[in-house]
Amino acid sequence: MKPTRLHAAWAPWVFTAPFLLLFLLFTAWPLLQSLVLAFQQTFGPRSTRFVGFDNFAFLLRDPLFWQAVRNTVIYTAGAIFVQLPVALGLALLLNRPQLRGRALFRLIFFSPSLVGLVFVGLMFHLMFQKHTGLINAGLHTLFSSWDPEFAWLDAYIMPSLIIASVWLYAGFNMIYFLAALQNVNRELMEAAEIDGAGPWARFRHVVLPEIRPVAGFVVLLSVIGSFQLFELPWVLLNNSGGPGNNGLTIVMYLFQTGFLTGDLGYASAIGWVLGLILVGAAWAQARAARKEISG
Amino acid sequence: MTPRRAALIPVYVALIFFAVITLIPFIWMITSALKTPEDYFTSFFLPRGEGWGGIAWERLTADNFRRLFREFPIGRAMVNSCMLASVTSTLATFICAMGGYGLAKFSFRGRTWLTSLVLGALIIPGPLLIAPSYQLLWQLGLLNSYAGLILPAIAPAFGVFLFRQAMLNAVPPELLEAARIDGAGEFRIFFTIVIPLVRPMIGAFLLITFLGAWNNFIGPQIALQSPEAFPLSVAINNLRGLHGTEYGLIMSGTLVSIAPVMCLFLLLQRDFISGLTSGAVKG
Repeated sequence: MKPTRLHAAWAPWVFTAPFLLLFLLFTAWPLLQSLVLAFQQTFGPRSTRFVGFDNFAFLLRDPLFWQAVRNTVIYTAGAIFVQLPVALGLALLLNRPQLRGRALFRLIFFSPSLVGLVFVGLMFHLMFQKHTGLINAGLHTLFSSWDPEFAWLDAYIMPSLIIASVWLYAGFNMIYFLAALQNVNRELMEAAEIDGAGPWARFRHVVLPEIRPVAGFVVLLSVIGSFQLFELPWVLLNNSGGPGNNGLTIVMYLFQTGFLTGDLGYASAIGWVLGLILVGAAWAQARAARKEISG
Repeated sequence: MTPRRAALIPVYVALIFFAVITLIPFIWMITSALKTPEDYFTSFFLPRGEGWGGIAWERLTADNFRRLFREFPIGRAMVNSCMLASVTSTLATFICAMGGYGLAKFSFRGRTWLTSLVLGALIIPGPLLIAPSYQLLWQLGLLNSYAGLILPAIAPAFGVFLFRQAMLNAVPPELLEAARIDGAGEFRIFFTIVIPLVRPMIGAFLLITFLGAWNNFIGPQIALQSPEAFPLSVAINNLRGLHGTEYGLIMSGTLVSIAPVMCLFLLLQRDFISGLTSGAVKG
């Protein structure tokens, strides 16, 4: 619905001005600057040199960058194929009208999302320790064959990160799935049940198509979030990429080059490549969503 | 017990199992923070002993917390975090609500253009702006000041987007027109009619931005240089650099950092969850 014009001409501009001014200064302007920086070599904030496409050419041959991309892709796959199914499973368990204590369970599952990434990193850093950590000690108590010196943070960095992220994010995404499940057409479900469809058939043919738009939105959010992963591995691995840089992510590499090495130009080039990947993901999602609507 | 109820038993079992797994890290953190270094290594959770329930209650200690506040500037960092998070979230909520209202409820030239700008800004990856923001803060003389941390954080495009969605749904245009005909000023309409109508969104967004500012870790490390100005996120992580083996101390620090936002969430949770999903599902 189009708002009718009854107000003074200045009113909408006054309301949007604070956002617009701050946005132009602190988002649009740095965005432009980052494009300029990506073509420069910088040594601290003062001295710069124009280098054309050198940063991008170097990036393509930089093994550390590719390692970071590989790690980030593995983590993203973990988010989509482990964390989101857990979130959907929790939502399906909770989505029963006869269930008691639903609000309490929802609160418990959601509570990890309130803990900042830094603090999750600190907690899991201690929990994944070889001798003293809770995870090895607990597994050893449950299964006596479990090696209490299992080296989570040396040899299994990516699985450790994925485990931490399931704990952190599954409850958050569960909220989205739960909201979507509550909008699923009841009559359609009952009709399917009368027609003799079992739980799996009902899920596959009734529930899944109905929650698909929300699922697409959640997948896109997870991809965007996963590709920007920084704090969690940074803290979990003691402010580094971990042994052999096996936990180095794209943003960690950006941070290292920009603020530890001081090459803001190269850091910006990394940022733009990341930006293009994300625009591609958003575009693919929008296309998939449109295809579905048009059949 | 009816058959329907009985069918729910496996569901309860599964839910309780997942709830326990979710809560274990919290329980572990709380008990670790209350233990002496020796007990940290000899027991998972509470130390065993002669006390009630086979637990050595008398060996629990608040020493980690005492040390945290006496030997380290954690009190100071806590004040910093409270200040930063409350100022940032209040200003951001105010600015985004105004922006969302401007986009949702007015017809003006440039409206479509501005709306696409907000939507486009949603996919700009934050990390892309790290390097040039550092330069900009340096040029503006805002490095090592709270203004340099707060100003870039109070106009998030996704906030304007969320409020636009909320206002499209919750604010009937007839109400605004009637108020204008009665001679109410634009700001009076905004504060007395529009804001109360989107109250759940205000609560949700306050909490989202408060959490974001409270847990912000990269921002302070770039914008701030002096340790006295660090918020909890940076101060607690730095604690580990100096006292990496004092697990109880680090756990108590983490607990001190998480507890305030947990309390805030419990106060605002109803608004929060409805606000969070309204953009995704209805919009």
